Amino acid sequence: MPRPDTIDRRSFLRVGALAGGGLALNLGFAADLFAAEIGKGALPSAGMLNAFVSIAPDGLVTIVSKNPEIGQGISTSLPMIIAEELDADWDRVVITRAQANQALYGPQFAGGSLSTPTNWLPMRRAGATARDLLVRAAAAEWGVPAAELSTAKGVISHAASGRSTTYGAVASAAAKLTPLPAEQIKLKDPARFSIIGKPMRQVATPGIVRGEPMFGLDTRLPGMLFAVYARSPVIGAKLKRAELDAVKAKPGVRHAFPVQGNGNPMELVDGVAILATHWWLARDASDALVAEWDETIGAGHSSTTYAEKAAPLLKAVPAKVVRQDGDLAAARGSAAKRVQAEYHYPFLHHMPMEPQNCTALYENGKFTLWAPTQAPQNGIDGIVKALGVAESDITVNITRIGGGFGRRLINDTMVQAAAIAKGVPGTPVQLIVTREDDTMHGFYRPGGWHAYEALLDGKGKVTGFANHLVGFGTGGKPVRSGEINAQEFPAGLVDNLLIGQTNIETMIPTGPMRAPFSNGICFASQSFLDEVALASGRDLPTLLLEMLGEPRQLPSARPGQRGFDTGRARGVIEKVVATSGWKQRPKARGKTGYGFAFYFCHQGYSAQVVEVRVDQGKISVPRVWTATDVGSHIINTSGAQHQVRGSVIDGIGQALGQAMTFENGKAVETNFDAIQMARHEITPGRIEVDFVISDNPPTGLGEPALPPVIPALTNAIFAATGKRIRSLPIRLDETAA
Amino acid sequence: MAFTVNVNGQDRQVDLPGAMPLLWVLRDELGLLGTKFGCGIAQCGACTVHVDGAAVRSCSLPLEAVGEGKVTTIEAIAKSPVGAALQAAWVEHDVPQCGYCQSGQIMTACAALTENPKLGRAGAVEALNGNICRCGCYNRIGDAVAAVAQKLEGGARAKA
Ligand code: FES
Ligand code: FES
Repeated sequence: MPRPDTIDRRSFLRVGALAGGGLALNLGFAADLFAAEIGKGALPSAGMLNAFVSIAPDGLVTIVSKNPEIGQGISTSLPMIIAEELDADWDRVVITRAQANQALYGPQFAGGSLSTPTNWLPMRRAGATARDLLVRAAAAEWGVPAAELSTAKGVISHAASGRSTTYGAVASAAAKLTPLPAEQIKLKDPARFSIIGKPMRQVATPGIVRGEPMFGLDTRLPGMLFAVYARSPVIGAKLKRAELDAVKAKPGVRHAFPVQGNGNPMELVDGVAILATHWWLARDASDALVAEWDETIGAGHSSTTYAEKAAPLLKAVPAKVVRQDGDLAAARGSAAKRVQAEYHYPFLHHMPMEPQNCTALYENGKFTLWAPTQAPQNGIDGIVKALGVAESDITVNITRIGGGFGRRLINDTMVQAAAIAKGVPGTPVQLIVTREDDTMHGFYRPGGWHAYEALLDGKGKVTGFANHLVGFGTGGKPVRSGEINAQEFPAGLVDNLLIGQTNIETMIPTGPMRAPFSNGICFASQSFLDEVALASGRDLPTLLLEMLGEPRQLPSARPGQRGFDTGRARGVIEKVVATSGWKQRPKARGKTGYGFAFYFCHQGYSAQVVEVRVDQGKISVPRVWTATDVGSHIINTSGAQHQVRGSVIDGIGQALGQAMTFENGKAVETNFDAIQMARHEITPGRIEVDFVISDNPPTGLGEPALPPVIPALTNAIFAATGKRIRSLPIRLDETAA
Repeated sequence: MAFTVNVNGQDRQVDLPGAMPLLWVLRDELGLLGTKFGCGIAQCGACTVHVDGAAVRSCSLPLEAVGEGKVTTIEAIAKSPVGAALQAAWVEHDVPQCGYCQSGQIMTACAALTENPKLGRAGAVEALNGNICRCGCYNRIGDAVAAVAQKLEGGARAKA
């Protein structure tokens, strides 16, 4: 992973003229800096391509939205950063969507809350560079020093002479100037920001409410056929035989053919392509498919078997010691109290609202795709590997995306669509995955079990802490997004510490889901710490503040990233304790309870308090208070509030109603009837969103606010009822007090 | 099979199997793409349209069952004063995140508030409980719908 604050040093800008007059600015990045992030070697170097920022003679500013939009608001917030430094009139900014071209645009990736940190400085410089060109053009025209000019809302003024002009009027002249090197570009004093930090409405909303086509599923091409890709319900099963005559005889079916995969679920598994004039006809015809699959790969991979295997492993010593500090055994000898508990969380699926889909055309040996993808390059790589085509023969158009949550970081659907299109050269194909297939062929948030132990001295201070994850592995390694790291909280804050991991072998594909890894472990750890706090005679925020100690930075889990900052952690904890009135909360058991939790992930710090009501076994959440630190600026305050509230609601939904289980490699739950998403009725009436502004580079907000809400909820349930929730999803009746 | 369906005020002739759900007739035959596919089993509400003014899940309504019913989709909802007010409120309150569920949310809210202008916030939100928003925009959906409900209630009271 590149360090966000080093990236822009090698970025560069190129200037050109627009066809009809005006200024065009191209943004090129030294793409090799991003190679680690997108998991491949050097990319082709940047050429002069479409304008990234352009200013027309009438003053209209067009900014290309280069990053995938999954609802996180990036297609509004990145242009806001450019417009800010450009001093543009936001009402005269138009935003258009980019093709996938990392050589031209730098990383085009929506994941890990990385879009904001990797683009913050490059986008500011792009805007400031354009502004500088326009100012110099006006200065030359008037024969005055550029330093005497000021800009605001697309207008350049010279106070001394009272002259003024517009960006549009000088854009063509500016196009003939040479941009200053990045290090000479002066950025705005943040005190003068007038766009960043304001609540800006998402640019796409008027089109959304009119039902205008913009999502992957809305792609339409002349002569297009619709496809389903019939797979075995067992993930990764091999196709032995398919009878296609009955399928081909169904109404509307134009083609049906088997596709041989490469055995990698992230790329292409075996299946049968069925193409028809209407999608429902293809889906309906798939019921007539008689196919024989080799499903041995799934044998024994059942949730019940996994749980049976986990139980003894939790009692044993970890197969791998991830971190060991001090001497836990010795500390045990001198401890006044010992707290132990086991926790569990299930596999989860992302369930984005727009089912997986991709439109592809194969013509003259070249592929063109229209894909709702969070990581287009990942899909391109998959097509190269599975179909043996050259990367230069693949063009990807990124559509708007009906939700990602990490599912669309893995682009098996792009590979499937390309493989199907290859079977019908010249005919565009839209592959839509049924909701059932989408759910059954996911890249799940891995489940896990934790055995915890905490040691307290006579004063209630935590002297020892052990966290053993019994998770999942494949080929001797932890599965993707299923690895505990050496900095896992409270590492570095307790003298005697053991972090370990033991893996159960699995064939279930896993992958990042919103706040990967953190989304599960935060529940377990912060719930257990609530038990520890109780044993120490404190409440959880008090215990955590004691453990955090003086503000300082701990070493980072990942090279190049900032480590855990105890001061920032204190900041959000103290803030939410104050805003929620935590100290005055009613503590008596009853129908209402208050719970607290804190977490650090994706460079963001969030502390939350949940008010729960448990009435005759029914849980409701009237209020949630959040305090989050994602650095020095909240770019779009409206979008930021949305992300935090969405995270809170997502977390509550996960905790109350979601689990994926498996039977011999087959997902049991397949649709929204079995997987309960959060709905209006469970939405807290009030979700308070507060930010702690700290002097750190801004980071993304799609993830850090999700993990803590789950343990804050379960800790609140304990406060109300005395029932400790040690397994998700929450089942009040099954929970021992 | 040949069918005539009335969609957004126009009679449309289609030649399709009667079992095809209205959703796919709208999307794949008539090119009306604002109505979305979410689950296919009447669980999410993304496919909500109006048939004779009532909110209906088009993924689970076979073409042959539409009959004489007048179908309205998101593309034509601005013609209804309540629909237009909801669209404006959605923009005003900056409701969507990804936006995929929102045409279904608006269609459901519109049917509920048209049927009963005195529904109020709580009633409207209850009517929307069947519409999943995976992004969790529920607070703002509630705010936007409440703003329209309040206006309608005011109007209903003024008339009474
Ligand atoms: S698609 Fe019709 S209710 Fe989900
Ligand atoms: S806005 Fe994304 S599902 Fe509602």
